Amino acid sequence: MKISLTRRYDFAASHRLHAPRLSDAENQRIYGKCNNPYGHGHNYALEVTLTGPVDPATGMIANLGDLDPFVEREVLAAFDQKNLNEEVAEFRTTVPTTENVCREIFRRLKGFPAARLERVRIEETSKNSFEIGAEEFA
Amino acid sequence: MIRITRKVEFAASHFYHNPNFSPEENRRVFGKCNNPHGHGHNYTLEVTIAGEPDPATGMVLDLKELKELLEREVMDRMDHRHLNYEVPELAGKIPTCENIAAAIWQLLEPKITRGKLDRVRVYESASLFADCTAGSTNGAGKRA
Repeated sequence: MKISLTRRYDFAASHRLHAPRLSDAENQRIYGKCNNPYGHGHNYALEVTLTGPVDPATGMIANLGDLDPFVEREVLAAFDQKNLNEEVAEFRTTVPTTENVCREIFRRLKGFPAARLERVRIEETSKNSFEIGAEEFA
Repeated sequence: MIRITRKVEFAASHFYHNPNFSPEENRRVFGKCNNPHGHGHNYTLEVTIAGEPDPATGMVLDLKELKELLEREVMDRMDHRHLNYEVPELAGKIPTCENIAAAIWQLLEPKITRGKLDRVRVYESASLFADCTAGSTNGAGKRA
């Protein structure tokens, strides 16, 4: 029997999908509406999954009193109500698709000291979701 | 292999308190959840069974059987109960969603006769849930 804990957060951000190495016509063909130069936004839902032993003294894999401020500091403060292309250094050179946002958030959270980061899952809309597991992050 | 999932909801109260901690430590570790009068949640339980459909019925497990099992093993024990005082399976444990999921796994696992218990998911709220799955233990004992 293996136990994991998942916490869900929300953030709102804007982005534009545009690869500088491609021509404008190619960008338009590949990214369509998402290539609009003024950008657009989403209400993202972020799920953070942790595994590890359940501490018998607390009944917890991780205390939300530790996890919530860590996620706030490492991710939400940098992503919520921001323009991902302009305000998150990683996305000055990487296209902020939600695949890449997953990977960047995993990188920012993997140092959480109290438990192992097992998965990061993001719903860009209620119809699209993306996830990355610890074994896929290398 | 097919997985089928049944969902039920139960309402229960709980609070977090470790008698080995000082009052200050209890408040520091558990925060608002340490309120001795308790508080409550509408828990959502999702139980997933994995198996091959029986060729005669097309079913992994009759959902009616699963519904009755959940009624008997979970709802009768936990719905409209105080998890600290009224659920023997949680006695001596802090009733977090991790421990509730583990207790429900242990109640259900030996009673699933067709298919295998694949996952127990307990939502304490829309923003917090614990999963219990088959597989190697990640340490029921002390934290590393």
